[in-house]
Amino acid sequence: MSVSPDELKDRIEAAIPGTRADVKGDGHHFEATVAGPAFAGLTRIAQHKLVYDVFGAELGDRIHALSLKITPTEA
Amino acid sequence: MSDTSSNPMREAIQSAISENPVILFMKGTPEAPACGFSARTVAVLESLDQPFAAVNILPDPMIRQELSGLSGWPTIPQLFVDGELVGGCDIVMEMYETGELQKLLGIDAAAPADVPAPPAANGEAAPLSIENLL
Repeated sequence: MSVSPDELKDRIEAAIPGTRADVKGDGHHFEATVAGPAFAGLTRIAQHKLVYDVFGAELGDRIHALSLKITPTEA
Repeated sequence: MSDTSSNPMREAIQSAISENPVILFMKGTPEAPACGFSARTVAVLESLDQPFAAVNILPDPMIRQELSGLSGWPTIPQLFVDGELVGGCDIVMEMYETGELQKLLGIDAAAPADVPAPPAANGEAAPLSIENLL
């Protein structure tokens, strides 16, 4: 079952207020550039977990891989 | 973490993390990575001449399940330094490029900023197989 980059983009932006996501992918492997104030002041681990948590158990399953580039922005 | 007493796999993983200052849980082995993300992470560590223990998570799905339960991190690879989760491939690459990884590992930060190509394995960092820990 294939996943669209737009679905990932919409879900990230809906789940993390103020966030903008740009997602590319082939239906299984994705690269996302994500920016928003929610990431400010967090460790890298916590920043990535915030996005991973949007997808939970789908990661590694229907979303085989999600590469993240995260930029915190001013609130 | 009170529910670990009856879980030998989780205990073995926890011990491996505690006993190895630098340990990478990956798909495949450093000599034969089975995934591009694992391969890139290995290449970074080898370019820094950083000895590390490696655990192949592929032979038993329980390894990955218990590892992610323990770390709260869903994806592979996972790099631990001094018992702490550093991150997966993206974070390791970012920290390598900014020099933070070198700092964390206690390596002189004169390393090049370019992403390294995987160097030939020198055989010094003997990979640790989780089977040996059980």
